[in-house]
Parts: sequence; C-alpha cells; structure tokens
Amino acid sequence: MKLTLPLSDEVLLSLKAGDCVELSGTVYTARDCAHRRFMELLERGEKLPFDPKGAFIYFAGPCPAPAGKACGSCGPTTSARMNTFAPTMLRAGVKGLIGKGEMDAATRKALEECGAVYFAAIGGAGAFYGNAVRKMELVAYPDLMSEAVYRLEADGFPLVVAHDAHGNTIY
Amino acid sequence: MSKESLAISQNSFYNRGMRTIDTKEISNAVYRMALRAGLRLTEGCHDALKCAEALETGAAKFALGTILENERIAREEQMPVCQDTGMAVVLLTLGQNVHLVGAGLSEAVDDGVRRAYRDGNFRKSVCDPLTRKNTGDNTPAHLHVEIVGGDKVRLVFLPKGFGSENMSKLYMLTPAAGREGILDAIVGTVRDAGSRPCPPVYVGVGVGGCFDSCALLAKKALTRDVGTHHPREDVAELEREALDRINALNIGPQGFHGKVTALGVSCEVAPTHIAGLPVAVNIQCHCIRCEKETL
Repeated sequence: MKLTLPLSDEVLLSLKAGDCVELSGTVYTARDCAHRRFMELLERGEKLPFDPKGAFIYFAGPCPAPAGKACGSCGPTTSARMNTFAPTMLRAGVKGLIGKGEMDAATRKALEECGAVYFAAIGGAGAFYGNAVRKMELVAYPDLMSEAVYRLEADGFPLVVAHDAHGNTIY
Repeated sequence: MSKESLAISQNSFYNRGMRTIDTKEISNAVYRMALRAGLRLTEGCHDALKCAEALETGAAKFALGTILENERIAREEQMPVCQDTGMAVVLLTLGQNVHLVGAGLSEAVDDGVRRAYRDGNFRKSVCDPLTRKNTGDNTPAHLHVEIVGGDKVRLVFLPKGFGSENMSKLYMLTPAAGREGILDAIVGTVRDAGSRPCPPVYVGVGVGGCFDSCALLAKKALTRDVGTHHPREDVAELEREALDRINALNIGPQGFHGKVTALGVSCEVAPTHIAGLPVAVNIQCHCIRCEKETL
C-alpha cells in the first residue's frame, strides 16, 4: 500500500497493525535530546520548531550526507526510549510516529485517543532509508549534530503498521 | 662518540630481535578497517540473513527482504549499512617482539577512527555521559590490548551500535545456578530485549572470569563470525541449546514474530572463582560488522 503525507483521519483510522506500506512525504527527525527540548518548550507554553498538527515524527539521526546525496544513512532508532515523550507529542497534534521496536501502553493509549499511528521502520536498513530521502533541511538544534531536527522528504519508506489507532499491535 | 650515534647504538642493542612498527601503520589499519566495516556485513551474517528470509513469512519476511536490499544499496551507493556506525571497539593483540614507535598507541587508534568517521560520512555517536555533548569525531575508541608472544600485531575492529548494546546484561550467578542458570540468563536477556535491539540478533556470551573480564569475553565472542562454534564441545553445545531456546521465543525479525529471533549464539569461557559464575550477555543487532587485519 502506498501512502502520501499528509494522511486524512479516514486513512489513519483504516490502517491495521501488520499492514506493510510505502510512505512518502514530509517527516521530522527527532531523538532523545530533541524530545527533551520539545518538552521544555511545551512546559513553558512555547511553540515547537515545527507545526505538530498532523505531523509525522521519525525517530532517527542520520549519517552526514555524502556528495551528491540529500541524506546519509538514516534508519530508525529504538522507539521505546521516546515512550516518556510520545503521549505529549501526540496530544500536541502529531499523527504519526516512525521508529523501531515496541512502544509502551501509555503511548498506545495516546495513539488510540488521538487517532494516530505508530509505524515500524526496518531497523538496520539505514542505507535504504537514506537513499529514499529526496530532500533534507535543518529545522532546529544544529548543536545536536545528527540528533538535530531535520525535515525530510521521504520517497517510499518501507514501513509496517506496528500500533494502529484502535489499540492493536503487531508485537 | 657523538650523542646521536650513542642513541643509535643503544637503540639497536635494545632492539635485537625486535620488529619496529610505527603506530602510524596501526592508525592506517584502523582507518581502513573502520571504513570497510561501516559499509558491509560479515559473510556469516549475510548468509544467515539469507537463510532467515527463506524461513519467514509476512511482515518478518518483508523486514528481512528490506535488510538484504539495504545491504545491496549500501554496497552500490557506498553508504553505511546502518546509520548507527557505532562506538569503535578495537581489540589489539600485540606480539611482545614488536617495538612500537611514533605517536602513543591510543592516540594512533583514535586518529584512525577520527579520519575514517570523517571521510566515510559516518555518524559521530559519542558524547559526554552527563552533558551529552558530542565529542564531534566519534573518539575515543574502546581499545583493548593483549600482549602475546611473536612479532605480529593483530587488529579487530567492531563498530558497536547501541540499540543492541543497551539490551546487554551482566549476571553474577552462584555456582549452584549451573548450566541451566547460564541458559536462563542468555534466553532471559533476549526475551526482555524483545523487539528493541533490531532482531534477529547475534548473542555474545561471556561465562567466567570476573565482573569486568566477563563482559569483555562477551564482546570478544561477537568478533567470532556467525555460523561458527566454540572448539570446546560442551561450550558449542551450550551455544546450540541457547539458540534453539531463543528461536522458540517467537520474537522474530524486528519483533514481527517468526522462527528467527537470533542468527547465532557465540560463547567464550574463562576460569572463574570457586564462589562465582559470572555471565555476560552482549547483544548485537542483525547488522554485524567486524573487520580483521594482521600487521
């Protein structure tokens, strides 16, 4: 199944755990350190460096882009480390999370409440995902290097629906 | 006698039977190995992934197909197979008839790592543990040196990703726990890790030694390629039994369930204290990268 972002609520709700999809469109990278900064911003009532409404977050930190490429290797990191942040991000309007491995019960509950979906990218397939990025722009936190927030234009990311919007899980 | 010729004669006196190696050569070897390691899987890993793909169905097969396709893209596009190009673990076996000259050994190894991670467009994944400030060049490397007889320098380069490293454990079991306790520790570690460490994993196990050396044994076990077994039959049997029990867990590739949760179990043993039974389980993801060179 091919999906192009942004996804309508109808499409999000139609996805079922176990579906294999190819996703294209804009996603934002964020890992541990960036999420900690997001939490501080939200606590202070300030704006995130991107509009979270309907956004997709990719838990990833790419390698530097080689000459002639938009992005270096860019596979997913372990999503469980983002369990503490994910419910807050979902309640701020994020509709899709992409990472690898299972997320916790609180995150699954938040996905269900918000009509959002968690997709598993294939861990260890960094060259595949990096090669499927058409454009990459720095959004925030350059001091974090690979952990900074980047806007990526994905072109056919292979993903599996891992936790759907109805509380089902592939794990 | 001039000061200079005295120095030369003393040098040749102390160097009788010694082989002189400039640490620049070691730095260059680390550089070459790191660059190769980032871009390719070991042969045993590739073969095991092919076998696993044939065994699986559904999302697990989809994951393994993507992983094998990824390996091709990495080779053709000269991109790191995984963006986690790891912490640089270097195991160096130094023949005691080698006289090292030039920069300090650790400095030379770090220099090789620094240049490779820069030139290979590898991710710099090393930071201060408290401030989390990135060191900027993926140094320091983890250098372990063992001194043996002879005049060779053997090097092993293992880039270690942390999704899997984070799932590793060290147990200080009692002798009463025995073989069954060892198996429980291994299988329990993989079960607790679940989908998080990028299964199918490779499991490095250290049994014996003490708290620190046991963990190093487990790391060393990961430098033995998938598909090989320990020469001691009882240890090889432990490896086989642990693998069977792990693959009965039904975690499967990426946690999508299936027959292949681990590609292999590699175990190293060392004598321990009469009061103890240390067991270290070092988890390696399916992206096994390990290069070796002898100087």
